[in-house]
Amino acid sequence: MTTTATSTAPSTAVPYVGSALDRVEGLEKVTGRARYAYEYSPDDLAYAVPVQATVARGEIRAVDVDAAIKLPGVIAAIWHGNAPRLAPAENAELSVLQSRRVAYRGQYIAVVVAETLENAREAARLLRVEYEAEEHDVELRADHPEMYRPERVNPFYPADTEQGDPDAALADAQVVVDETYSTPAEHNNPMEPHATVAVWDGDGLTLYDSTQGAPSVRNIIAPLFGLPPANVRVISPHVGGGFGSKGAPLSPVVLAALAAKHAGRPVKLAVTRQQMFAVIGYRTPTIQRVRLGADVEGRLSVIVHDAFEQSSRIREFAEQTTTPTRMMYAAPNRRTTHRLVRLDVPTPSWMRAPGEAPGMFALESALDELAFACGIDPVELRIRNEPGAAPESGLPFSSRNLVACLREGARRFGWAGRDPAPGIRLRDGLLVGTGVAASTYPVYRRPSQATARVEPDGTFTVRIAAADIGTGARTVLTQIAADTLRASPERVRVEIGDSALPDASLAGGSMGTASWGTAVVRACEALVGELDLRGGEVPQGGLETAADTTREVGAERRFAQHAFGAQFAEVGVDPDSGETRVLRLLGVFAAGRIINPKTARSQFIGGMTMGLSMALLEESVMDHEFGDYLNHDFAQYHVAACADVRDVEAVWVEEDDPYLNPMGAKGIGEIGIVGTAAAVANAVHHATGVRVRDLPIRLDRLVR
Amino acid sequence: MRPFAYLRAADAPSAVAASAERPNTMYLAGGTNLVDLMRLGVAVPETLVDVSRISSGAVEESADGALLIGAGVRNSDLAADPLVRRRHPMLAQAVLAGASGQIRNMATVGGNLLQRTRCSYFQDVTKPCNKRQPGTGCPARAGDHRNLAIIGHSESCVATHPSDMAVALTALGAIVHVEGADGPRTVPMPGLHRLPGDEPDRDTVLDPGDLVTAVEVPPLPFAARSRYRKVRDRASFAFAVVSVAAALDVADGVVRDCRIALGGVAHAPWRAETAEAALRGSAATEAVFARAADAELAAARPLADNAFKVPLTRNVLVRTLIDLVETS
Amino acid sequence: MNPEAHITGSETTASAPSPITVDIRVSVNGDRCPLTVDTRETLLDTLRERLDLTGAKKGCDHGQCGACTVLVDGRRVKSCLTLTVTLDDREIVTVEGLADDDGPHPLQTAFIEHDAFQCGYCTPGQLCSAVGMLAEAAAGWPSAVTRDTGGRAGDGAADGASDRGDDRAGTGRGAPPGGGIRLDDDEIRERMSGNLCRCGAYVNIVAAIGEVAR
Repeated sequence: MTTTATSTAPSTAVPYVGSALDRVEGLEKVTGRARYAYEYSPDDLAYAVPVQATVARGEIRAVDVDAAIKLPGVIAAIWHGNAPRLAPAENAELSVLQSRRVAYRGQYIAVVVAETLENAREAARLLRVEYEAEEHDVELRADHPEMYRPERVNPFYPADTEQGDPDAALADAQVVVDETYSTPAEHNNPMEPHATVAVWDGDGLTLYDSTQGAPSVRNIIAPLFGLPPANVRVISPHVGGGFGSKGAPLSPVVLAALAAKHAGRPVKLAVTRQQMFAVIGYRTPTIQRVRLGADVEGRLSVIVHDAFEQSSRIREFAEQTTTPTRMMYAAPNRRTTHRLVRLDVPTPSWMRAPGEAPGMFALESALDELAFACGIDPVELRIRNEPGAAPESGLPFSSRNLVACLREGARRFGWAGRDPAPGIRLRDGLLVGTGVAASTYPVYRRPSQATARVEPDGTFTVRIAAADIGTGARTVLTQIAADTLRASPERVRVEIGDSALPDASLAGGSMGTASWGTAVVRACEALVGELDLRGGEVPQGGLETAADTTREVGAERRFAQHAFGAQFAEVGVDPDSGETRVLRLLGVFAAGRIINPKTARSQFIGGMTMGLSMALLEESVMDHEFGDYLNHDFAQYHVAACADVRDVEAVWVEEDDPYLNPMGAKGIGEIGIVGTAAAVANAVHHATGVRVRDLPIRLDRLVR
Repeated sequence: MRPFAYLRAADAPSAVAASAERPNTMYLAGGTNLVDLMRLGVAVPETLVDVSRISSGAVEESADGALLIGAGVRNSDLAADPLVRRRHPMLAQAVLAGASGQIRNMATVGGNLLQRTRCSYFQDVTKPCNKRQPGTGCPARAGDHRNLAIIGHSESCVATHPSDMAVALTALGAIVHVEGADGPRTVPMPGLHRLPGDEPDRDTVLDPGDLVTAVEVPPLPFAARSRYRKVRDRASFAFAVVSVAAALDVADGVVRDCRIALGGVAHAPWRAETAEAALRGSAATEAVFARAADAELAAARPLADNAFKVPLTRNVLVRTLIDLVETS
Repeated sequence: MNPEAHITGSETTASAPSPITVDIRVSVNGDRCPLTVDTRETLLDTLRERLDLTGAKKGCDHGQCGACTVLVDGRRVKSCLTLTVTLDDREIVTVEGLADDDGPHPLQTAFIEHDAFQCGYCTPGQLCSAVGMLAEAAAGWPSAVTRDTGGRAGDGAADGASDRGDDRAGTGRGAPPGGGIRLDDDEIRERMSGNLCRCGAYVNIVAAIGEVAR
């Protein structure tokens, strides 16, 4: 590394955007030095262990803390009777220990603070709570009398859309598919459970928190405690996955701050794996009816997609299940709807590709059924229904390469010559079949701020309150900054994961790179401009520039912008047991410019792996008698293990889209899980002749 | 977890004596199930007697050709033992089909036999369970029971025994050596594990304070050709939905002898004696195998959501027997 | 014989709710540590909360995810199910102890090169598990997909006896005659299935381990 001011001269290296840089925090992570939220231990630390409600609906009549607080080393037992008062919250989930009401089984109703983890746990076990239990209703049914149309669905879409005359078109169609699909509740289950270390210093609060967005935690938590946001700092350098569940602050972080305030001590609080099935959100179960009408050539005249979902009593979360159906395929007549019922269940929230993941399972399964009914190859069927512009909005796509993905995938996968007949291929004792499905995910971008700084020694620091939850954000922002600064990545340090850094949008909606990257590019461009004005001289105290993309990002959209992909699956089904294993999975994606092929491939494959898991394994089972998700651990809620994941590969097609952002990139964090389950289900049908319309595709659905 | 005293035993008699002197004592070996249950609040011992270092960690061959497996032998050592692999492949396979590499490095033979059911209700102290708290009821019958029993269950309990190893040992007719308050004795398998009846809190015939010291596997030459077939939702690191341990002795197309046990179907590893009887002396054909499987499963009384286990068990039992014939 | 002579450990009566502590000595990454531990303390909590070795991770605290995997006397185990009080005189190696003066362990380097992690939270457990797993394979320990256990437990043929086990006396217990087992991808996948990765890095984990194993 050079140390002269002229070292800011253009690097001779090729652009770093597009190169397969190793993760910049890789060594920290493989040596165990990377610290996650719970691993900060300030002086005078105490341990907080929460207590959960054991009824699904009712009121707390009494809390007996005597046995708990008599234990040695117990500092406090906090419940609604003695908890600090919080200001009202927009999201009622955040109003922890503020009321007698129990909205769902597993809701946090108390917290114990003690000197050691062992004592805190034992004290929590000894807390006695008396309830006035009420009858609960936890069963999602499409014909539930309390189904209603929400005002909008996540994040801002209309609940229903309609064009043409879908009912008449269905009556007139030569071929009709009319089927109902279901997806179960699924839990995000990042490997790192949600955790917070809360430290009060007078009116200042520091939170070491496992979050997808430090600024958002600060902005939401501060007013609950009557503080200006500037008094709260959220530090979160490494996050052990989130998949949406750490996208917005929920009850655990509030409980930690509240416990620390009441106890007058810094506290640590970690959500247990079991508690994660109640308090940190999940993917709503869905019931979806899809109706397709087409001519015998497979050309769609009508698409109708109706979704039924649940939310809790205390918060409306309406997932956008049918929104991908609004832009996937051409058809003059179309309708999409969402209906919601409020039950005595935990509050659902974001889980990787909320809406797209369950919605595209239904739509892409139905497409396969239509292809089978028409006798048309399912790849060809999708190509035949490719729209020229976004079907509902009429906006042109800034880029849309679904057809290229389908063709490239078919070529690589060896799709040509596939015999469509189901249930006839036996290989090594397994029934074998292949299936295809499309993937899509919208392009989002939010305003962010960043600073770029150069020191006299020629090193750069870029600061932005972004989050790297495993996406590779720290690495790709380093590449983006390096190219803009015309410097090698070794000289660029990107600081993220701290709300004290310039404000940034959260790591969600596959919009991190687009949002943060724009701010980083603008800040670095400004710095390069300043340096150029000074002939490359860096002043003694260094030089810093800032950028705010509010205006740039806020401009009105002239295009429909989405990433696309095609997934191909080969499965083997044991004819005796019905055990299904995915033998091969190939994803081909069109997602703009790929900034880091190494980390991007990991993101795609990771999403597809979660999609495989969704297809075959994942289901949170509601206990109707008691009202909770009863398989609340990793022994009962199966996520894919290493042995389940064999040959998974992801590639991408070149896509040059000048209308996206300075990087030309679309988000890639979620599209990998979209369509996988349908590709697997379609392959299972091809293998066995059995159409499984209810996920997961477990052996009991196939054994005969 | 309630505070508990910790004692380390040097040998089996002193462990048993220490247990007898103190109330609410439990033995700790690998801890893979007990520590889990203690954290869940299902097991609340006042004293743990650590038996993991008492000297029974070996597989030995006795003069009559039996294998004597110390109760403290770790699952991974058992599965790697050349004699076990050669003489009783189904036993090595069953052990390797269970849990994960890390768990097998910790778990012992004795502890594996005595592990508790993984029924959701049993593991959740906020819900009723006759096995955990006699008389409180069994919510599984009307609730979630997809993975629970289809044979031999009772009104009070529909739990299954989770061990893979115990299924193979049941097929092999193993003999469990026990040190009790009155000295050593033996318990045959099947016979160690109980059916629930109206005492589902008792998994086995052992008394409080009894310590498993060894498992003896009598010689069974034809078990050199044997197999453990485990069906599970996840490709690895998952409990059995159902499993089959089988050994077949076929000569001239006729079954001379056989051993069959089923896992994931009952409160105990299920020795398929009806099927065995139907097979002995019969032709080794798929049709005969299917009739034998049907005869065994005639006793099945599946619940609403686990009826699939009946055809599943039948299919994999038949397939396992066919595979054994085809490779002999 | 007085059984008490054969018993070591805490002698405090357990009827009181007070924590019961025991003095032990363990070696952690080569350092001898005298410790006074609450009998309820797990190795995972001892490492993370008392020794500031936060490399081992808590993902489930019930032995179901593998993030807490460490090596005890060279064997991979789940530290969340290991009571520290049981470890007197044992040698513990955590992810912090894998690298030596020459630099990172080859597995650590391979994990970086193959991008075998994303969020990194399961990574220390994956690495310790892989170290233990390679030693197990080198010692000839079979897995559920190894042919010479008498066939694949799941889907293969029952192959009866193996030649490898012929002469136990000549080779010593625990070190099978045939030597190490060749780790193809199926073997690695099966043997690493005790370590869950929610980011879905399995494909890269298998590639990284395969490169070091072969």
